Amino acid sequence: MNLNPRRIALTLAAPVLAIAVAFVITSLVLAAVGDPVGTVWKVLLDEPRPRTLVNIVNSATTYYIAAVAVAIGFKMKLFNIGVDGQYRIASFGAALVAGYGWLPGPLNIIFAMLVAMLIGGAWAGIAAWLKVTRGVSEVISTIMLNTISAGLVGWGLRSWGQRPEGSNSRTTTPIPEGSRLEGIALIPDAPNRVYTLILLALLVGVAYWFIINKTRFGFDLRAAGASETAAVASGVDYKRMIFISIVASGAVAGLVGMPAFFGLDHAYGMNFQEGVGFVGIGVALLGRNHPVGIAAAALLWSWLEKSSDGLQLQAGVSPALVYIIQGSILLAVVVAYEVVARIEKRLEQSQVSRQLQAREATEGAPA
Amino acid sequence: MRHSLLKVAALSSAATLTLAACGGSDSDTDATSGGGEGGEGTDVKACLAYDVGGRGDQSFNDSAAKGLDRAKDELKIEAEEVEASQGENDAAREDRLNQLVDAGCTNVIGVGFIYATAMGNAAKANPDVQFAIIDDASEASAGDNVAQLTFAEHEGSFLVGAAAAMKSKSNKVGFIGGMDVPLINKFEAGFEAGAKEVNPDIEVQTKYLAEDGSGFADPAKGQTAAEGMFDKGADVVYHAAGGSGAGVFKAAKAAKKMAIGVDSDQAKTAEADVQDVILTSMVKNVDVAVFDNIKATVDGEKQSGNIVFDLKAGGVDYATTGGKVDDIKDKLEEYKQKIIDGDITVPEK
Repeated sequence: MNLNPRRIALTLAAPVLAIAVAFVITSLVLAAVGDPVGTVWKVLLDEPRPRTLVNIVNSATTYYIAAVAVAIGFKMKLFNIGVDGQYRIASFGAALVAGYGWLPGPLNIIFAMLVAMLIGGAWAGIAAWLKVTRGVSEVISTIMLNTISAGLVGWGLRSWGQRPEGSNSRTTTPIPEGSRLEGIALIPDAPNRVYTLILLALLVGVAYWFIINKTRFGFDLRAAGASETAAVASGVDYKRMIFISIVASGAVAGLVGMPAFFGLDHAYGMNFQEGVGFVGIGVALLGRNHPVGIAAAALLWSWLEKSSDGLQLQAGVSPALVYIIQGSILLAVVVAYEVVARIEKRLEQSQVSRQLQAREATEGAPA
Repeated sequence: MRHSLLKVAALSSAATLTLAACGGSDSDTDATSGGGEGGEGTDVKACLAYDVGGRGDQSFNDSAAKGLDRAKDELKIEAEEVEASQGENDAAREDRLNQLVDAGCTNVIGVGFIYATAMGNAAKANPDVQFAIIDDASEASAGDNVAQLTFAEHEGSFLVGAAAAMKSKSNKVGFIGGMDVPLINKFEAGFEAGAKEVNPDIEVQTKYLAEDGSGFADPAKGQTAAEGMFDKGADVVYHAAGGSGAGVFKAAKAAKKMAIGVDSDQAKTAEADVQDVILTSMVKNVDVAVFDNIKATVDGEKQSGNIVFDLKAGGVDYATTGGKVDDIKDKLEEYKQKIIDGDITVPEK
C-alpha cells in the first residue's frame, strides 16, 4: 500500500465527492417536490434502533455475498446479471434437500450449502457453455435464465411444496430443528439476532480476496480481464478462464440465500426475498469489486433501505425516495471514481515530466 | 483507493452515533409527526402496512386506504401508513410492523397475505397492540391479538359468474387468475358455480398467469391470455389478476367482447377507454373490513381470530356501474338473497 499523502487524499476524494453529490441531488429532488429536506436528513442520520440495526447487518450479509458473486464476473469483464436466478434456483434446491434432513444437524447445513453451490454453478454453467462454444453474450443468456429459473422454481414449489391450512403461501418442508441456526447476539439490547452465517460471508470475502490477489489463478483472471490478447499471448487459456469465472460466480451466487434460510426462514416459500442479485450488481459497483469496499457498500445500501419505513413514518416522504438516493449515490460514485482517476493520472504525468525536466536540467548543465 | 469507502462509512456512522445521542428518544417525534388531525375523544392510532404499490393502486390497497380514511373522518382517530420496498424478506416486514408499534400505533393492519409470518411474530412480541391481517387465516399469523380478516370471494364471484352466463351468447366464458393459490382458486370456483347455476352446459375456460406474484402485475400476459380465450369463442372473461387485468380489458376492447373486473368497481377505476367493456366487477370491500376493525377497537372491543366478510356482511358484492347488468339485476339480487339465506352454498374450490 502506498502511504504517500497525496494518494491518500485522492483515495478519500472519490467517495467523499460521490456522497456529497448524492446529498445535493437528493436535496434538490426533495426541495423540488416540496418535501422537508431537513427532516429527511435528520431521520436518515438518526441511529437505528437495535432491532433495525440487526436487520441492517443481516441484509448486508446477503447483499455482500451477492456482490462478491457479481464481482468475480466483473474481474473478468463479465457481466453476470444472472446472480438473481442462480440465487433463486440454488436456494430452492438447497431448501428442498435440507428439508428432507437426511443428515443430522450441522452436517445437513453443510450438505445443503454444497448443493446450493453446485446448483448455482451448474445454472451459471449453462450461460458459460453458451458463451464459450457459441459466443452468446452472458448478459442475454443470464437474463433469460433468470426467467426460466423463476418458472422452474414455481413449478418445483407446486410439485414438492406444501401449504398450511388457511395460508396462501406454498413452501418447501421446513428444515429440522437441529439444522436451524440461532444467530449471534452481536448487537446489545436487540430482540433479534445477527445471522450465524455472517461467518460464511466473511469466509467468502477472505477467499475471494485470497484467490484474486494471491494465486496464479487470480492473476490469470485479472490479466484476462485487463486484456484478452495480452493474456492469450502469455499463455492463458482465455475460454477456460471465462468458463471457470462464470461457474465460480454462480457457485457463490448459490450461497446468497443461505444466511437468511438457516437463520430466519427455514423453508423456501413465496415470502422469499427477490431481486437480491440485482442489488448485488449495485453493491459490487459501489464497492469497486474490493472485498472491504463491498462490505462498506453493502452496509450503506441496506442502511438506506431500512430507512424507508422511518422516512415514511417520520418525514412523510414516499418510499421511492430511498431508490432515488441509492441511484444517485451509485451514479455519483461511478462518475467520481472516473474523475479522480483522471486527476490522479494528470498529476502523475505532470510529476513525471517535472522530474524529467529537472534531470535534463541537471544533466544539461555544464559540469 | 478502495479502502477509503470503509473509512468514510466508519466516520459517518460515528457521526450518526453522536447525532443520535443528542437526539434523544425519537418516539416522541413519531407521535407528533403522525398528523395533527383527529385525536380528540379517542387514543386509537390505526396504522396500515401495505405491500409494494400501496395507496394509489386503484384496487386492493386503495380499498384498504379508503377504510382508513373513513375511520379518520368518522371516528376521529390518528392514522399512519407505510409501504413496502421492493424485494424484502420477512425480517423487513416484521421490522416495519414493529416500527409502527414504536410510532405509537394501537392498531396495526397488514394489507395482504404476504405479511402472515411477520405479523404472527410481531403480534407475539407486542401483546398489547391490536393486529389485523387481510386475506390470511393461517396458523402463521394467528394470535390472541390478531384479527384475520378474510372475504367470501367465492360468493361475490358466483354472482358475476351468473351475470357472465346470462350475458354470454356463445355459451363460453373465461376466468383468468393472477396466481394459482387458494385465494384466487376461490374466485374461480365461485365464478364457475355461478355460471353453471344459470346454464349447466356452459363452458368455462380457466387460465392462471404465473406461479408467483408477477402474475398480478403483468398486463401483457393478461392480454395474451384473454386474447386466447376470445379466439376460442369466449365472450365474457372475468379476471382476478390485479394489475394484469388492464391487459384483459384491452383484449376485450379489441375483440369487442366483455370483461369483468375485480376487487374495486373497475368500470370507475380502469383506464377511461376500456371502461365500457366492463360488464360488472366483483367488489371486495376491504375498506369495510378495515373500518370495522378500527371501530371495534374504538368501541372497546377486541377482534381476534378469523373474521369472514361475506355477502351478508357486505364484504363482497357485484358492481352496477355502467348499467350493463341493469336488465338482469333482479335475477342477480335473487341469487344474492339465496346465498345470504343459505339456500345456495357456493363452493370454495
